[in-house]
Amino acid sequence: MPLLQVEDLSTYFSTDAGVARAVDGVSFSIEPGETLGIVGESGCGKTVTSLSIMGLIANPPGRIIAGSSIRFRGRELVDLPEKDMRRIRGNRIAMIFQEPMTSLNPVFTIGNQIREALTLHRGIGRSEARRVGIELLREVGIPEPEQRFAEYPHQLSGGMRQRVMIAVALSCEPELLIADEPTTALDVTIQAQILELLADLRGRRGMAVLLITHDLGVVAEVCDRVLVMYAGQIVESGTVDEIFHRARHPYTEGLLESLPKLAAGGRRLHPIEGTVPNPVGWPTGCRFSSRCPYSWDRCEAYVPPLLATEDTNHLSRCWLEDEPERRRTSAGAGSEW
Amino acid sequence: MVIQTEPAPLLSVRNLRKYFPITGGILPRARAFVKAVDGVSFDLHRGETLGLVGESGCGKSTTGKAILRLIEATEGEIYFDGTDVRAMGSSALRRLRRRAQVIFQDPFASLNPRMTVGQMLDEVLKVHKLAGDRSGRRQRIRELLDTVGLLVESEDRYPHEFSGGQRQRIGIARALSVEPDFIVCDEPVSALDVSVQAQVINLLSDLQERLGLTYLFIAHDLAVVEHVSDRVAVMYLGRIVETAPVRSLYTEPKHPYTRALLSAVPRPEPRRDHRHGRIVLEGDVPSPVSPPSGCPFHPRCWHPLKDDACSRVTPPLESVGENHAAACIKLSRDVELPPKTG
Repeated sequence: MPLLQVEDLSTYFSTDAGVARAVDGVSFSIEPGETLGIVGESGCGKTVTSLSIMGLIANPPGRIIAGSSIRFRGRELVDLPEKDMRRIRGNRIAMIFQEPMTSLNPVFTIGNQIREALTLHRGIGRSEARRVGIELLREVGIPEPEQRFAEYPHQLSGGMRQRVMIAVALSCEPELLIADEPTTALDVTIQAQILELLADLRGRRGMAVLLITHDLGVVAEVCDRVLVMYAGQIVESGTVDEIFHRARHPYTEGLLESLPKLAAGGRRLHPIEGTVPNPVGWPTGCRFSSRCPYSWDRCEAYVPPLLATEDTNHLSRCWLEDEPERRRTSAGAGSEW
Repeated sequence: MVIQTEPAPLLSVRNLRKYFPITGGILPRARAFVKAVDGVSFDLHRGETLGLVGESGCGKSTTGKAILRLIEATEGEIYFDGTDVRAMGSSALRRLRRRAQVIFQDPFASLNPRMTVGQMLDEVLKVHKLAGDRSGRRQRIRELLDTVGLLVESEDRYPHEFSGGQRQRIGIARALSVEPDFIVCDEPVSALDVSVQAQVINLLSDLQERLGLTYLFIAHDLAVVEHVSDRVAVMYLGRIVETAPVRSLYTEPKHPYTRALLSAVPRPEPRRDHRHGRIVLEGDVPSPVSPPSGCPFHPRCWHPLKDDACSRVTPPLESVGENHAAACIKLSRDVELPPKTG
């Protein structure tokens, strides 16, 4: 049984302009110990997906639409009473965010915040919590943990704060860690430290990780499997090798082509023309069609389902899988990118 | 006999320093200084792009602002086309601003929310007395919008009606409106999604080619900097630690910091061997209020030859190859460095 099974998840928001369908029919699963990446650009629905899993969608303005299902070890989380959700959130599913400064309470010491998690979720006594807390800080690579225990968040650097957040998240020994852009606010040498730490912890503790990011480099480095999201939907899913070496969906192709790569000798970039459509009125048909170099009449009229490709379990939401000859005939379009 | 002379650089910076005072106590006087820029020198030639790269707090943005006198330097010399920028009075400064412009990271914060794009550009043209009368200006505005790839109708719209990438195009149009020779691009694509980032990068290189622009391109993203630059300078704690033509810097980095920085970039290629060659630096960047003695990088340096001398001697930028200089006293010795990464 998968650790987490998301089926047909739709999360909508009421806005002045109408209903924004931020997440629109997303299905995927995570196996125990696996690292799954969700990658996509701003507004694609990746963060709303993770907040929906955590039961953190404020209602109003947001709501998870009837028919959506999120099962954790077989147990349905959608519409679970808040009291029960609390036992899962933090305990068995933990989450870390992009900006650790906003997730740590500025008026309490680091020690206070770790101890709170330990006593609340694991029922550990006060002095024991101090010992376990210092041990956790040491595990996430904080130097002089005894001293740091008494310090406040503002006394720490960005990288150290993210380590503290990870320590708090680990305090309950979660089976699933959701990391939403965990290294985006950090400098590249500090990012390398945090990625190293996450890989290390995953190996040591065997926990599953759902990594949400816009950075294709980070995904390539840490994930086993990847979901590419665009306009509230999954447009492609596969292993990291499939996504990076045999991308099928024109959006994934476009993302990889528009990325400046190190030591690529200044080749001209191939951007995706245009911009992401508005979530209040997604286009009928394929949501990428207006920016797609292959698009034909079928794409504008009919929504493609996630279709099988040559690789098992590698899916692409694109009519090209159904009419592969179109890829060849519009090869010119590919080089125009 | 023909005597060949090197053309004079468009911009020449020598020993630039910017110290920000930290005031406090009963009497409002400086108790300490943040040494944001601590002795930076470089030349920039016409039509060239110099990439200035480094992590947050290294002083790269402060350098860009000091050059344009958006902030006043504490010490050093800045010559633009042979003229002393630091000695300029207000009218000379206004003339400089017609030739030297800037594009910022967050286009939304740098655009007036209550002015339409047309009004904003019209104001610039009026202030600098460009493009003649009303109809002349109107035509110039349309031309500018077309140059940066915006629809002519954009003229009557407000900044909030545009996406991030379009706003950055407006910022570029505004910078171009005075027909500058030189533009400081301060993290111009950092706030943009990759697909849109590529659009803006291509636009900047097209404009450079068409209009013969010179760029100082400030960014933290090493891949973006490699893509747009002819030469690159790497900054750490207010100093340039390495500078070289783009190809040498990325294929044969010499300074231990540059090598660690390049090896830390996650590559969008899932190959299992990346992490093995990675140099993961320990600790954080020290505070620029009390930078380490000697080499500013020595507390985090991984170089096997690091010793006491590194904490005593401030290394000068010394030649380590053709047009390639690095500030590390361990580089002049003939030693085999550990295998290359990446």
